Order: sequence, then structure tokens, then C-alpha cells
Amino acid sequence: MRLPQAQGWLLLALVASAVLSWFTPSFNPYFLDVAMSCGINITLAVSLNLINGYTGQFSLGHAGFMAVGAYTAAMLTTAASSWLLPMLGGQTGLLFLVALVAGGLVAALAGMLVGVPSLRLKGDYLAIVTLGFGEIIRVILQNIDAVGGPRGLIGIPDYTNLFATFALVSVTVYAIWAMIHSTYGRGFIAVADDEIAAEAMGINSTRYKIRAFVVGAFYAGVAGGVYAHFKSYIAPQGFGFDKSIEIVVMVILGGMGNMPGVIIAAVLLTILSETLRQFGDFRMILYSLLIIVLMIARPQGLFRLRRNQAGR
Amino acid sequence: MNKRFSVLLPVMAGVTLLLAACSQSGSPGAAGVADTIKIGEFASLTGKEAAFGQSSHKGTLLAIEELNAAGGVLGKRIDFIYEDNRSSPGESATIAKKLITRDRVVALLGEVASGRSLEAAPIAQSSQVPMISPSSTNPKVTETGDYIFRVCFTDPFQGQLLSGFARQTLKAQKIAIFADVSAPYSMGLAQYFREPFVAGGGQVVAEQKYTGGDKDFKAQLTAIKAQNPDAIMVPGYYTDVGLIVAQARQLGIKVPMFGGDGWEAPELIQIAGTALEDTYYSTHFSPENSDPVVQKFVAAYKAKFNGETPDAMAALGYDSAMVLADAIRRAGTTDGPKLRDAIAATKGYAGVTGATTLDAQRNASKPAVIITVKDGKFKYLETVAP
Amino acid sequence: MTEFLQQLVNGLSLGAIYALIALGYTMVYGVLRFINFAHSDVFMVGAFAGYYIGRQLPPETLGGGLVALVGGMLACALLGVVIEKLAYRPLRGRSTLTVLITAIGVSLLLQNLGQRVFGANPRSFPQLFPSHEFHFDGMVISSAQLAVFIVTLLLLFALRWIVMSTRIGTAMRALSFNPTAASLVGINNDFVISCTFALGSALAGAGGILYALNYPSIDPLMGTLPGLKAFVAAVLGGIGNIPGAAAGGLLLGLIETVVVALGGSTYRDAVAFGVLILILLLRPGGLLGRLQTEKV
Repeated sequence: MRLPQAQGWLLLALVASAVLSWFTPSFNPYFLDVAMSCGINITLAVSLNLINGYTGQFSLGHAGFMAVGAYTAAMLTTAASSWLLPMLGGQTGLLFLVALVAGGLVAALAGMLVGVPSLRLKGDYLAIVTLGFGEIIRVILQNIDAVGGPRGLIGIPDYTNLFATFALVSVTVYAIWAMIHSTYGRGFIAVADDEIAAEAMGINSTRYKIRAFVVGAFYAGVAGGVYAHFKSYIAPQGFGFDKSIEIVVMVILGGMGNMPGVIIAAVLLTILSETLRQFGDFRMILYSLLIIVLMIARPQGLFRLRRNQAGR
Repeated sequence: MNKRFSVLLPVMAGVTLLLAACSQSGSPGAAGVADTIKIGEFASLTGKEAAFGQSSHKGTLLAIEELNAAGGVLGKRIDFIYEDNRSSPGESATIAKKLITRDRVVALLGEVASGRSLEAAPIAQSSQVPMISPSSTNPKVTETGDYIFRVCFTDPFQGQLLSGFARQTLKAQKIAIFADVSAPYSMGLAQYFREPFVAGGGQVVAEQKYTGGDKDFKAQLTAIKAQNPDAIMVPGYYTDVGLIVAQARQLGIKVPMFGGDGWEAPELIQIAGTALEDTYYSTHFSPENSDPVVQKFVAAYKAKFNGETPDAMAALGYDSAMVLADAIRRAGTTDGPKLRDAIAATKGYAGVTGATTLDAQRNASKPAVIITVKDGKFKYLETVAP
Repeated sequence: MTEFLQQLVNGLSLGAIYALIALGYTMVYGVLRFINFAHSDVFMVGAFAGYYIGRQLPPETLGGGLVALVGGMLACALLGVVIEKLAYRPLRGRSTLTVLITAIGVSLLLQNLGQRVFGANPRSFPQLFPSHEFHFDGMVISSAQLAVFIVTLLLLFALRWIVMSTRIGTAMRALSFNPTAASLVGINNDFVISCTFALGSALAGAGGILYALNYPSIDPLMGTLPGLKAFVAAVLGGIGNIPGAAAGGLLLGLIETVVVALGGSTYRDAVAFGVLILILLLRPGGLLGRLQTEKV
């Protein structure tokens, strides 16, 4: 009986998040920061894993979805808060939740807008087009003066806490995992393995691809909202190609389509980038060497457990 | 399948155990009872505006060295902790947090670029750690809160003086403005120039924008040229200004071009060379100033940094550290609120960038200098008092 | 009218640089069916090579300029061969995705090594060729822009000649049709591939130096945006198609300049991507290319 067990895990994870969050005041704030960064990055990596890993659509513009979610959520808690908050009975927690979900939904819309034209494209072209979309989103945001344009948006209330980040991780992992492991979800993997064969079997690959983009974008958007209320400042430059690549590296390192691997990779890379902060350039040199070496020596990722992937 | 999910819990637990193992609480600035005084700096040591960050950093470094050589402040050595934000947005906020909560600095020095100061200021303010910006000129920086100070003039002043300079010295009635839309400094300065200029009877015949980091400005410059301005104002940073001036001259634009303190860097001459004839900019400091305080600083800077002449950023970096030290001495403690009050009370401090008094808005009211470029060198033109 | 003509010149000279870089992309894609992401950073290395060589030479001389240009091109050709051998050859036969990711890795590596070695601060590029402005009737063409036109044209013809009329060119074309068949008729695939990379990279190097002549501020990250735009130009003209790359480049340069001239300068970077998406939706084969259907 799979489903009840998975939901049990979700509940356990949420409770654990709440309990840990209770002890926040006794944790060192800097390490708290790192933990929350880990949580956000896990969510981003897992959501990208759905698109890149499970569905085999190589997307290089994930940071764009994150940006859309971040800005939407931030606008709701800053500019729109004056009329929104009273509607919610003055509860900032509720406002935060509403903002996050709204961010996710708008990002999901963006995911659909990106997914639809990209359908016909494969491999390299898809990658470049998604990269293009990511950049277009960035440029558009840079030109909207109402959200601060290139100067960014400051003064975002810092609603993000340990519970928010870990709860998000739990929900994302649960949702995507449950989706993939349902009968319906096998379709994603079929599309990744061999699209033409899948179509021949009656799987509407178009619909699956769009769905992957939409769901992946949703969670990236929510993660973006959490990120915005974590840093209290967001700017379009922070959501460019570099950010997308960071997330892509996590997915590659963990092994595309390998959820536990991706989670571990996300944590590892977040901690690594913090410890290497003072060696700024070395970090990126290390990343790039990592990518090259991985692809040559072990393209299935570092943490492949048992799952059988057709050698990709 | 449970295995998949169950990886998550150990990971979360592991991460928070890490937190627990390293858990320490305490307010920042409690380091006052230690035997060193920790001062933090965040600067753009690499990246697009590295020239500023490097200059400012060197000035600050010199100041800290001199202070420690003289026995430190309040008898304690200064522990100077600095980090590079790579001219990148988002980094300054993280660094500020780290310096305050992990390294427990008693005060923050930074930053040159207003945008990056704006990022870190809310964090310093909410942690009650005083922050002194050496050269951010956008007014919003100190408006963040009462713990945020600056030792330089602000853009409204700079804009006003440039508008006067344009009308009186350059005799320009029609001006074109070419601003960097990605920098709050640039957009702010453009606005603070435009208002007094138009109020004084001048006319802005063209206004074009570029994004910092662009390389090709010919399209916008061609459009500006078609409007026939008497002079062009470029309130941007040297990396772009160099290319803009060079391309303008290539297109046959011969009118004077001018801007603010964002122009100041030796690289400007390297990039634009002879195109810089008939250009002007306002800044905070000139090494040609004969004041003994200035000359002593110039000599010390040259001695420490291989004969390099300090520029305005270095001078302000130096002053920001010195003003901080002076305030610590007056306060007799590094405790946040008391230190803040001492800094706010800075009056007539003899800095290398002039007599520094911090007003009620925590800004410094200082004279500016206008520099021009002649024969491939920066040359002092005139001083403008506030 | 003058303003319009001036903008035309601006657009074409920008476009010519895109064309030069696009040629490199299209060559490698034509022969190997993969997008060399690192191409934009070879472009950057070319500019730096020109910088270091140019500093040893007297400024503003025709001879000096040519030496720097050729030197830069040779350096890049070498770099291209090395990259191919170390990073792409081990992946021969693997999925395109793997190779693409590796290419991204190489690109990032070059950028960050560049930042480490050259420093992230922009440097000013020396004036290689004699600098002069040619005035026509209110319109100005700088010698740097002229250099771009001339060199691009020359290289275009040289490339076409190599590909159409030499043995190595024929071998490249054979390889692009069918690698297995090519090796069966005695072509040394590895050697031909190396040559392709060398050629493409040399073009990128030339592009880098010409770009730096026109926008004399170089830094290790300068290649990303022009590279992406040049890729779009290649796709616009039909990827794998040499005249297409040139046409695509010029067209893109013009479109970008028009957008900026109309006041949309802050959108200039999005223009290229907009064009890309449009062309892939409407005419994926590009303006001059043919679409290839996938055999199952």
C-alpha cells in the first residue's frame, strides 16, 4: 500500500520541520542561513529534476521561473500588502502563504508559455530556447520600473524561516515523487526514454512535456518566493544564466532522474559554495571542472543508487 | 520507495544537527569585551566596479594599518575583516549578515556603489550595527535608518553643482542626458541634475538610457547627436563612460561631456585616451590639494602602494575608517547604540577629503572638486563649496 | 536621413561581428551536429591574445594589426584543437545532451580561468590598426568598423573556398553527411574534426579581435552575450549553412540597432532571443537552410 505510506512520510516531515523550527532561536544565525539556502536549493533542484531528469527536456532557464515566483510573491507582500493583509485578517503567515502560492501559479503560467513553443525542439535547440526564455524573463523584469527594474526590489519582509523552507522541501519532494511513481507518472519517464516509442504507445508526449514544465515551474516559483523573503532583496541579475547553471549542476551531479541523489547534491553544493565563499573564483572553476569530469567519467551522476536508467 | 523519501529526513536532520552543534546565540557587537575590535568591510574587489572597490579598500587598509601602528583604538588592536562582493547583486546582503552574525563586527564599512549599500543597509540597521559608506551618494542609503552614515556628499548636492557647472562654466543651454538604467546612482544623479538645470532655464533636448555592461552605444549616441545638444551629461560608471566617450568622438560628437564621481578611475584614461579631451567630472578629492593633511595621506599611500596616487575612492575609504575610529574613541565603547550616537556627533573632523561634519540626515556636507582631462592626465579644475 | 544611414552603418558593423562568430558555430554544427557552447569564450581568448600581442607591437600600424590578428587566430585555432581533444573527443558517440553539458562546462571553465588569470577588471584594448574616421556627408565610419567589414568578407570567401575547393573541405562535407561512410572511404575523421575546430576557433579569434577593436574594453566575460547572439544569427540564417550565418549575422545586427534606435535599448539583449524563438517557431530551418527530418 504505497500511497498512505508516502503521505505518512510527508506528515512526519512537516511535523519535524515545525519542531526544528521551534528551536530556531538557539541556532547560530549564520548556519541557519545556510540550512535555509539548502532547503531552497533542494526545492529548485528537485523541481528541475522533473523537467530535465524525469522528462528528459533539457531546460537551461529554470532561474527565470524562480524569478517570476520571487517577484510575484514579493510584490504581494510589499506593494499589495496594504489591501491584501486586512483581507486575510492581518495574519502575516497567511499573507506569506498566499504570496508563495500566487508566485508559484504565475511561474506555472510562465512554464506553460515556455513549454508550448519548446515542444517541437530537441536537445541543443531546446536548451538554447529555454536559456533564451530565461534571459527574456530577466530582461523584462529589468525593464519593469514598478518592481525596481535593474536596481532590484528592497525591503521585502523576511517571513522565511526554517519551517517554511523545510516544509516546502517536504511538499515538493512528496508531490513530485508521488506524481512520478503513479501509473500516470510513468509517462514522463517514457517520454524521456524514447519519445517516438512513447507516442506510438499512445502517450501524448506533448501533454506530458507541458505538464513537466508547468509543475517544475510552479515549485521553482514557490522556491523563488521563499528566496525573496529570505534575502529581503532581489534583482533581475541574480536570476540569470549563472543561477540556472547552478541548479543544473545540482541535477547533473545528483544524477538526472535520481531524486535522492539530487537532494544530496543540492545540499553538498550549497555547503560547498558557502565554504568556498572566500575563494570566489575557485568555486566556479571547480564547478566547471566538475561538470566536464562528470560528463566524461560518470554522466549518470555521483549518487546513483539502484534505479536503472537507460544509459543517458 | 520509502528509501527515496526517507533520504529526505536524515538530510534535514543532518543539516539541523549541524546547526545545533554550532549553536551559539548572542548579540552582535558583544565582541566589545574581547581584546580586539572587529571592523568589517564589504567591497567590490573584483567584477565590474572593481576599480572603485579596490581603491576604497586600499584607502581603508592604509587607515587601519596606521591606527594599529599607533597602538590601535581604545588600546585594542583592530581586527579588519573584509569580503569581496564581486560587484554582484545579492552578495552584499549575505556578506553583511555573515560579518555581523558570524564574525561579530562592531561596525561595517561599505560600499562605494549606492545599489550595494542599499542592499546591506537594512541588515545593519536591524542588527543595530553602525554602517559607514565611504562614497555612496544616493540619498536613499542613509534614509534606511539611523545606524547608516556616509562620509561623502549626496547626489542632490552633486546634481545641483553639475547643473551650475554646465550652465555657468560650460555655457550649455541644451543638454542631453545619457544614464545607466541599471544603477541607482546613475538614475538618481540624472534626476538631481535635471531638476535644478531645468528650473534654472536650461533645456534637456534628449534623454537616452543604457544598461551597465553594454558595449555598443552608437545607436543612442547617434540619436543624441541628431538633437544637437551643447553638452552631454553621462552620470555613469567609468567602465561604460570610457567606451561612451570614445564612441561619441568617433561619431563626430565634439561637444563637452561631463559626469559625476562615477567617472573617477585611472582606467578611464586607458579606455578612452585622447577622446577625453573636453570632458569633466565632479568628485570628492584631488591629490593636487596642497593641504598638509592631504599631502601626508598622498605620501603615505604612495609609499604603501608602489607609488600609486590615491583617488577619491581611496581618500574616502581612508576617511570612513578614520571617522569610525574617531567615533569609537569618543564613545569609549563599541556598543551599538552608543557608537551610533558618537558617529552622528562627528563634527569638523579633519579628513583628507575635507572637514567632515555629519548632519541630521547622517550625510556629510563637503565641497566637491571638478576634474578635467588634459593631455591624457587628470587635472584639477575648480572647487565648489556646498 | 543622415541619422538613418548612420544607424544603418552601426547595425551592419555590429552584424558583421556577429556574422564572423556565427560562421564558427555553423561550421562546427555542420560537421559535428553539436553546438559548441565554448565558442563564445574562444572569442574572448582571441581578444586577449590580440591584447597581449598588440602590446608588444607599435600601435596603429597596418602591419602590427595584421600580426596581432593572425597571431590571435592561430592561438585560438590551437585552443580549439586542445578543447576538442580533451573534452569532446572522449564523448564521441554519446548523447548530444552529454556533449552539450560538457560544452557548457568548458565555457564556464574558460570564463572563470580567464577571471583568475586575467583578472575580472576590464582592460583597454590597444589601437591596432591606424585609426581614422571617414566622413561622408554627416555620416561617420570608423576604421575599426571598416576593418570588420573587410576582414569578415575576406574570411567568408576564404572559408567558402576551403570548404568547396580543397580536399580537407571536401572531407569536412563528407563527414557532415555521414561520418561512418566518410571513415570507410579513408577519411581520418579525427583529423578532419580537429581541422574543423581549428578553423571555427580561428574565426572566433578573429571575431574577438575585431570586436575588441570596436569596443576596446575587454574582460573575461565579454564572450557570453555576443556568443549567444551569434548563435541566434547562425540559426536565423540556417545552422550549418555558411552564407546563412553571414546573412543571419547582418540581419540580427540591423534588427538590434533598429530596436535600440527606437528607444528600446534596455531590451536589446532580449531581441536576439525573441528572434530565436520566432524563427524556431516559424521556420526552424532558418532563412537559407533546410530542415532535416528525424529518421526513426
